[in-house]
Amino acid sequence: MLEHYISLLVKSIFIENMALAFFLGMCTFIAVSRRVETAIGLGIAVIVVQAITVPVNNLIYNYVLQKGALAWAGLPELDLAFLGLVTYIGVIAAMVQILEMALDKFVPALYNSLGIFLPLITVNCAILGGTLFMVERDYMFGESIVFGIGSGAGFALAIIALAGIREKMKYSNVPAGLRGLGITFIVVGLMAIAFMLFSGIQL
Amino acid sequence: MKILRNFLDSQEKHFEKGGKLEKIYPLYEAIDSFLYTSGSVTKSGSHVRDALDLKRMMVMVVYALIPTVLMALYNTGLQANLEIAKLGAAFTEGNWQQDVLVWLGVGFDPNNIFANAVHGALYFLPAYIVTMSVGGFWEVLFASVRKHEINEGFLVTGLLFPLILPPDIPYWQIAIGITFGVVIGKEVFGGVGMNILNPALTARAFLFFAYPAEISGDKVWVAVDGVSKATPLAEFADTAMTTTVSWMDAFLGVIPGSMGETSALACLIGAVILIVSRVGSWKIMLSVLVGMVGMTLVLNWIGSDTNPMFNVTPMWHLVLGGFAFGAVYMATDPVSAAYTEKGKIVYGLFIGILVVLVRVVNPAFPEGMMLAILFMNVFAPIIDKYFINSNIKRRLARNVVG
Repeated sequence: MLEHYISLLVKSIFIENMALAFFLGMCTFIAVSRRVETAIGLGIAVIVVQAITVPVNNLIYNYVLQKGALAWAGLPELDLAFLGLVTYIGVIAAMVQILEMALDKFVPALYNSLGIFLPLITVNCAILGGTLFMVERDYMFGESIVFGIGSGAGFALAIIALAGIREKMKYSNVPAGLRGLGITFIVVGLMAIAFMLFSGIQL
Repeated sequence: MKILRNFLDSQEKHFEKGGKLEKIYPLYEAIDSFLYTSGSVTKSGSHVRDALDLKRMMVMVVYALIPTVLMALYNTGLQANLEIAKLGAAFTEGNWQQDVLVWLGVGFDPNNIFANAVHGALYFLPAYIVTMSVGGFWEVLFASVRKHEINEGFLVTGLLFPLILPPDIPYWQIAIGITFGVVIGKEVFGGVGMNILNPALTARAFLFFAYPAEISGDKVWVAVDGVSKATPLAEFADTAMTTTVSWMDAFLGVIPGSMGETSALACLIGAVILIVSRVGSWKIMLSVLVGMVGMTLVLNWIGSDTNPMFNVTPMWHLVLGGFAFGAVYMATDPVSAAYTEKGKIVYGLFIGILVVLVRVVNPAFPEGMMLAILFMNVFAPIIDKYFINSNIKRRLARNVVG
C-alpha cells in the first residue's frame, strides 16, 4: 500500500508534471516566475491549496455529486455530476478564502510573504485540473491527498526552476521581438523536452 | 604567411562601415580571428590578462575531441565492414559510400584499419560538413543581423553534434536538428555563453523526439542497409537478447552506437586533456561518476527478477552508451552547467543518479545520458542560486559576529 502511494507521488511530481507535461496553469507559471523568491512563495501556496482542495473535492464527489452518492440521504437515483465544475471551483475559491483568513490570523509572517498569490491561485488551471484529474481517475480519499500534494509539488518544482532560468537570463541578449513572454515560452518548451526524461516510466 | 595577412588587411575596407560588404563583417572577422589572434586587445585599465581566452578554451575542447573523432572514423567503418563480411556473397553495394569505396579500390576488409577509417570517414565527414555548413549559415546570419561576432563556440557544437548521431541518419535531419540547436537552443538567447541548455544536446533531443525511427531502435547503428543490430545497452535491457560484446570491446569502443560515443577509452584521453588544461571541470566529471556508481550499487542491492538492468554493474554502465562521452564533453559545458564549485558537485551527482535511473527504470529509453544532462541544465541556475545565497548568508552572519 505504501509502495502504491510512493509511486503515485513520484508520478504526479515528475512524470505527469502539471506545468511541463500538461501545460496547466500557464498564466501563473509565466507571470509569477520572474524572481526565485516569489516563485518559491507561489509554489508553497500551490502545494498547500492542492493538498486541501483535492481531498475536499474528493469527499464532495464521492458523497454528494457522483451517481448514487446520495444513497446515504435516501436518494440513490440522484446524479448531480453535472454540477461538478461549478462546485469544484466554488470549493476552491472558498478554501482559498478560508486559508487566507486563517493564515492572516495565525501565521501572519507566511500570509505576508504569500501576499497576492493566494487569491491568484483561485483561478489557476493547475488547481482545478488537479481536482478534475482526481475525479476522472477515481482516486480514493487517501490517494487524493497524495495526488494533491504531488501535483502541487510538481508545479512548484517547475516554476522554481523556470524562475532560476529567467534570473540567469538577465545576462542573455534576447532579440528585441522575443523579449519577455516570447522567450519564456521557448524556455518552457525546452524545459518540457528535458522533462521528457521521465515520460514512459511505468509505476 | 605575410601574404595572407596583407590580403586580409587589404580586404578589410570592404567589410568596415560604409564598405560594400559591410553586412557580412562578422564573417570576415571570424575568418581573421580563426587564422590569427583576435584583433581587439584590452590596452588599459585594471583587467586580468590571461592567455586563456574563449578561443583557446574552445579550441582546447576540439583537441580533446580528436581521440573520439578518430574512434568514430575507425569504428563506424569497422562495424559496417564486419556486417558486410558476415553477409559475404549476399552483399551488394547499396549506397554511394559503398560505391565510392569500390571505386577507390579500398574494399571492405574489417581487419584493415585503413579501409575501416575510409569507410567511417565517408559517413562521418558528410555529417560533419552538413552540420558545419547549415549551422554556420545560421551563425553568420544571426551575427550579421544582430551585429555580434561569430564565436568559436560553434566549432565545438558543430563537432559534438555529428559525434552523437547514428551513422545512417539522413542529411536533411542533421540539417533540421542543428538548425533547431543553433537557433532555438542558442541564438535566441543571444549566442554563446547566454544559452541555458547545451545546444548539441538540444539538437539531438529534438531529432530524438521528432524522428525517433532514424535515431533509435536497432536499424540505425550499423551503416549497412537492412542490417539491424542492437546497441549493447539494448541487449542488456532485453531478456530475450544475449550480450554479444565483452567489457574490453565496450571500453575500447568497437561496438555499435552513435558515431563518436562508443569508446570510453577515447573519452578518457579527452578527459585527461580537459582536466590538465583546466578547461573541463574535474569536479563535474568525478561527481557524475560517483553518482552513477552510487545509484547503480543501490539498484544492484535492490535487485529484480524481471528487469535485468537492475543487475548491471557500475563497470558496465561506465562503458556502455553515451555515459563516458556525456560526462566528459557534455556535462562539463561551462555555459549550461552549474558554475558554483559546490553546485558543480550537486549537479554532477544528479546527472549520474538520473542516467542510471532512466536506463534501469524507464522502458521508453534505453539510454538516458542526453536527457539527464538536459534535465540538470534546467536546474543548474537554481542550484547556483542556492549556493550563492547560502554564501551570502554565511558571510553576513560572520560579519555580524565579528
